[in-house]
Amino acid sequence: MNNLPFGLPPRAGLGLKTEHFREVLGSQPDIGFFEVHAENYMVAGGPFHHYLGLIREQYPLSLHGVGLSIGSQGPLDSQHLKRLGALIERYQPQSFSEHLAWSSHGPVFLNDLLPLAYDTPTLSRVCEHIDQVQSTLKRPMLLENPATYLAFERSTFDEADFISEVIRRTGCGLLLDVNNVYVSSINHQGDPLAYIDALPLHTVGEIHLAGFAEDTDSLGDRLLIDDHGAPIDHAVWALYQHVLERTGPIATLIERDNQLPAFSVLHAEARQADELLQFARGRS
Amino acid sequence: MSTQAAFAAALLDPRLNCPKGLFSTNGADPDSRFAVYRNNVQSSLINALAHSYPVVGQLVGDEFFRAMAAIYLLGNAPQSPLIKDYGHDFADFIQSFEPAGSVPYLADVARLERLRTLAYHAADAQPLSPEQIGATLADPQTLSELTVELHPSLKLLTSAFAVVSIWAAHQHNSTLAGIDLDHGQHALILRNGLDVEVFVIEPGASAFIQNLQNGQPLIQAAESAPAFDLGQTLAQLISHNAITHLHHNKVSP
Repeated sequence: MNNLPFGLPPRAGLGLKTEHFREVLGSQPDIGFFEVHAENYMVAGGPFHHYLGLIREQYPLSLHGVGLSIGSQGPLDSQHLKRLGALIERYQPQSFSEHLAWSSHGPVFLNDLLPLAYDTPTLSRVCEHIDQVQSTLKRPMLLENPATYLAFERSTFDEADFISEVIRRTGCGLLLDVNNVYVSSINHQGDPLAYIDALPLHTVGEIHLAGFAEDTDSLGDRLLIDDHGAPIDHAVWALYQHVLERTGPIATLIERDNQLPAFSVLHAEARQADELLQFARGRS
Repeated sequence: MSTQAAFAAALLDPRLNCPKGLFSTNGADPDSRFAVYRNNVQSSLINALAHSYPVVGQLVGDEFFRAMAAIYLLGNAPQSPLIKDYGHDFADFIQSFEPAGSVPYLADVARLERLRTLAYHAADAQPLSPEQIGATLADPQTLSELTVELHPSLKLLTSAFAVVSIWAAHQHNSTLAGIDLDHGQHALILRNGLDVEVFVIEPGASAFIQNLQNGQPLIQAAESAPAFDLGQTLAQLISHNAITHLHHNKVSP
């Protein structure tokens, strides 16, 4: 059972989209929490802060970074870390999370979550960066497992072992993206259940669920793309139930960033997750 | 070259091959897998530009816009994780992009869209009420030393084209028919409450507002601008909540 100080309620949450600001404030839907991408709110003023401030008064908040580049070979961007600190100060989110990935090289920002070689030098660097984040922000963070399309010949760890070691060394928690587990398992011919069971599930502070796109590679094999642009797949719902059986109820985000449907469609997916969380609550 | 340096270079330049040391578990060609990352990077950045410059996109069509954005991207990778700032100099690129030369007003439309984005996210500031402003302006003794502080979102754009009319026509699906495209316009852009507003103002009013932004006292700012209707311009600034402070700059004896 989760015993880390991550304060999101064990309910389903939704990504807060600017298109839904007014509807959320107007109808005050029964949603466990909202999650925002930190970088979208790194602006001086205007409607984004206006609406997030009002919504924060009524809902728990998860601040999810997509630009810190924790896996960078170079140092972390201290300016960016300062901006994150200011947002955390302003909105007092219940959770802050980032990715096991890199997105910047030197001054160049690539706007994608890029894969890492799982070897000892990478492990040391990622742990140093997470230590720096947690000491600067004065709070533990959650680290999200990635969706990947390629592997590195240099890797000496399995991804689940690598993540377990990062968590053991830094004391951060796990943001378990179940869609990413499924996407990576298909793309690398792995067993998603074995992957999940190899993770330190007692450190999970949040779960992400999302949809993927289907493609094929040069051999015509299934290649799944984590595009956050579709409803959650049956296989991912099934994996989610497998996770909940082991963790008990955990705050669960329905992630949708592309092909955005009406708020009611996302709310229906949140209700589906809430039902499974309710069931997990009854069992635990 | 480090692994990430090679990876980053190949993401940004489609002419480069997938970096060495990568493989697919099923034995598939790593290039076909690397293409997913490259496509994510390229399409997300082009989408970011399309989101920031919707009217530029409508003016040239989606296919041309995406081709132009892909060329911009080759020489202008983002330098910050704040992706809203990506393409802040896109107008300058468009200005010198020869294939867009047949749409001479395109760069100024991009400038207007960029100023709207800046105004949307600019710092908040409490405007003075018409009553507060009226009371201050009623004292002729202090008028000559009065400086006017304007809302941080307030921006000006001077164009040799009918840039506001062209932009406005794309807000409600109307055409450019009837617009004298070569009729230069002075644009005033500001955020009033939560909404960004765009106006055409007189050339003298634009110079006056520029003088105010440079810190000139009210009377001097008006007198050093070409002829314009001061009363109407002040009324417009007041009614759109653009005046945030009035200062008396008393000259020491």
